[in-house]
Amino acid sequence: MSPPLLGVEGGGRGNAPLMSSSASVDCISQSGSGLKERNYLGLSDCSSVGSSAVSNVSGENKNNLNLNATELRLGLPGSRSPERDSDFNLLTSGKLDEKQLFPLLPSMDGICSLSQKSIVSGNKRGFSDTVDGFSEIKNSVFTDGKWMFNANGSDSGTPQSVVEAKLAGNAGINVMLSNNSSGTQPSMKKEVPTRAPQEGHNKLNGSNNNSSAPAAKAQVVGWPPIRSFRKNTLATTSKNNDEVDGKPGPGALFVKVSMDGAPYLRKVDLRTYSTYQELSSALEKMFMCFTIRQCGSQEAPGREMLGENKFKDLLHGSDYVLTFEDKDGDWMLVGDVPWEMFIESCKRLKIMKGSDAIGLAPRAMEKSKNQS
Amino acid sequence: MAYSFPEEVLEYVFAFLSSDKDRNAVSLVCKSWYEIERWCRRRIFIGNCYAVSPQIVIRRFPEVRAVKIKGKPHFADFNLVPEGWGAYLYPWISAMARSYPWLEEIKLKRMVVTDESLELISKSFKNFKVLVLSSCEGFTTDGLASIAANCRNLRELDLRESEVEDLSGHWLSHFPDNFTSLVSLNMSCLGSEVSFSALERLVSRCPNLKTLRLNRAVPVEKLPSLLRRAPQLVEFGTGAYSAEIQTDIFSNLVEAFSGCKHLKSLSGFWDVVPAYLPAMYNVCSRITSLNLSYATVQSPDLVELISQCPNLKCLWVLDYIEDAGLKALSSYCKDLQELRVFPSDPYGAEPNVSLTEQGLVTVSAGCPKLQSVLYFCRQMSNAALIAIARNRPNFIRFRLCIIEPQAPDYLTLEPLDTGFGAIVENCKELRRLSLSGLLTDRVFEYIGTHAKKLEMLSIAFAGDSDLGLHHVLSGCESLRKLEIRDCPFGHKALLANAAKLETMRSLWMSSCSVSYGACKLLGQKMPRLNVEVIDERGSPNSRPETCPVEKLYVYRTVAGPRVDKPDFVWTMDEDAALRLS
Repeated sequence: MSPPLLGVEGGGRGNAPLMSSSASVDCISQSGSGLKERNYLGLSDCSSVGSSAVSNVSGENKNNLNLNATELRLGLPGSRSPERDSDFNLLTSGKLDEKQLFPLLPSMDGICSLSQKSIVSGNKRGFSDTVDGFSEIKNSVFTDGKWMFNANGSDSGTPQSVVEAKLAGNAGINVMLSNNSSGTQPSMKKEVPTRAPQEGHNKLNGSNNNSSAPAAKAQVVGWPPIRSFRKNTLATTSKNNDEVDGKPGPGALFVKVSMDGAPYLRKVDLRTYSTYQELSSALEKMFMCFTIRQCGSQEAPGREMLGENKFKDLLHGSDYVLTFEDKDGDWMLVGDVPWEMFIESCKRLKIMKGSDAIGLAPRAMEKSKNQS
Repeated sequence: MAYSFPEEVLEYVFAFLSSDKDRNAVSLVCKSWYEIERWCRRRIFIGNCYAVSPQIVIRRFPEVRAVKIKGKPHFADFNLVPEGWGAYLYPWISAMARSYPWLEEIKLKRMVVTDESLELISKSFKNFKVLVLSSCEGFTTDGLASIAANCRNLRELDLRESEVEDLSGHWLSHFPDNFTSLVSLNMSCLGSEVSFSALERLVSRCPNLKTLRLNRAVPVEKLPSLLRRAPQLVEFGTGAYSAEIQTDIFSNLVEAFSGCKHLKSLSGFWDVVPAYLPAMYNVCSRITSLNLSYATVQSPDLVELISQCPNLKCLWVLDYIEDAGLKALSSYCKDLQELRVFPSDPYGAEPNVSLTEQGLVTVSAGCPKLQSVLYFCRQMSNAALIAIARNRPNFIRFRLCIIEPQAPDYLTLEPLDTGFGAIVENCKELRRLSLSGLLTDRVFEYIGTHAKKLEMLSIAFAGDSDLGLHHVLSGCESLRKLEIRDCPFGHKALLANAAKLETMRSLWMSSCSVSYGACKLLGQKMPRLNVEVIDERGSPNSRPETCPVEKLYVYRTVAGPRVDKPDFVWTMDEDAALRLS
């Protein structure tokens, strides 16, 4: 029994019925939005027959979609929202004003290195900042026209219209979702939660987060795509060969962070921090959920507020301390040695109960004295 | 009246079918063939450990001898999948320990393996022979000790690039004195030094040892001793290939290598001192595979070595080889099939070596059998890509990584759409493609139009709109794996092509613009997919529905939503999916 699939109620004309062999049709209309469920053959066929069915269906199933009306507005400022409001229909003949759907981007001159950098820096942040970064980029793309586009003049129009007919015809889900377009567009940026991801491995050093990334290479997580093993080997090799003089450190330095009682461990990139304070805040945020559980509180909207205070109390009180294992295998308290020395020797981190960490502090001091 | 071959005959015939596709086809013919086939299937490949459950596998295939399971999505290699995401081996082992007592082979990729699992493996399967852990993690050398101590018939222990907590090198000494069945040992990812005498004795008493890949800790002066004890070796990986230049070390090496008449593959070469490379020249004429990707050696030394290897089929090397070295490669190694060039200084702002797009153009022109490429470089042009495509229409795998995200054609400053377009248009057998550089929706149009055999596509920092994604999803008929990061794709194409996702193994989208609401919808309407939202900012319910999710992982499954999710993963519409499964 094929599950009912959603079709779209186009605005205006062109609600051509779907393939005749479709089974039962469930129609659910919602007030105002014109949402209708239709069963159009393709979904169940697609899954059993394979991908070729998809293109079959798309060939035969020249549905009419009102893509425009289907949107969950993402509310990226500067995106094509004005065009979306126009009412249109995609007819099987493929006649459509593609300019309305997918307006040609202004073809521009040389790539603006600034936009490139802002892209990169946008991506090096935590996700909320990435989204912001995209918004910034879109802003500059659409309004300032700095985007580089392969301008082929008249050619670029045709493929798009063909494709849009295809987009129309594909078996898929086209739904008009209720949207508060005007409300959400500008607000999306703001509503990104204050508890923005600050996890080490998603964010570079906060103080570096600016769009004018200079000669110091802005680092994007997981880019270039090199496996950790190779990265670590490169790092060690280049250290051995004394090639690192003056250059920024060779890539990320991921260490595992475990916490007593936590069901799984996390990884942080030590190179994205420059002080103990930054590391500490990041870890607090990362492991907050575990401490909340241990405190027995429920998941609640206001939990961030509760959590931060509680965790800080925990961390700075006697309950938890941050320790690290150095290259010799010894466990020591974090914070006793200068930051640079710390990241050179830190192999992994552990958030221990205070009671377990008694006696570590003096060793750290002694050890650094002995070594220096 | 229906008549058919007796079951035994069919079973005998099916035994000749090794490919999963063939066996799957056979099992669809009729019920009795399904039954016969399932009882005689011995090898199972599970491309996504969450697409099926151990119970389902065991129920259908009761007599399995070899399993291959893959866990985390590919982007986990680049730290895009948070720790604790999943892909635990233990549930599989505990189920198989009960049902497959005769299991012989376990091959895993990107799975979390614990010492407990390893111990259970070593004790549950009396005839256990092959353990391959590729890019796995979660275990220590203690787990290896269990394997060494208990698997009396072990043939292969291969730890490729796994992340092992290296407590000590003592694990190797756990192989019993009467253990002689070893054929392949790859410990190159380990850090600690193993007891060298234990290693020597192990190598001595295993006459069938064909593959030995040492770790960095084994010094070069110890190599001759091992090579002399295993002249039958076919694949050999050195340790750190450096020492003070001493003539006796050198001559011992030369002699030891000369004794290995069957060597075909060499790897290792950490910390290479170039003066020791010529010690291998005697074996180079037979070498077909060379992994120099850890060898920080300059181009002239590399060329010297490569020029001795006319039969080279596979070369992994650092970009120290430079364009000049690649030119030499293209003239000496006409049999070359696979080339991987890794960056020596990926994070440097300026290029440190003279490796450009030209090197790849030259190799593509000079090596007629070249079919698989992974190439890191800092500049590329459409002209070069077009030339490469025309030179080498036989590419099967083409993975290009231009180090700067969204770098345009450095000559014209245009996007690289036409260049990659030429690749997909000319290389009709292309199965895997990784894109980079400045790319618009147009490149995806080319891909959707031409890349009909493409099975895996990796996209980063590319595209303008959902139209791009739509081209791919609607056009690439053979697509199985799609992984996307940092692209401006929202939900439109995704929802419009939802059915396509059931024909694929998986889709990964991170740092894109797919809203939470759209994910929920996808999960609702596609109960046979697991739509997993990965978001480390806390529950997506605490944010508006229009807010994009951090990461999205969608995969088809017959096992329903998974039960081992960490608290930063949500399965969309779990309840509905549970009702169905």
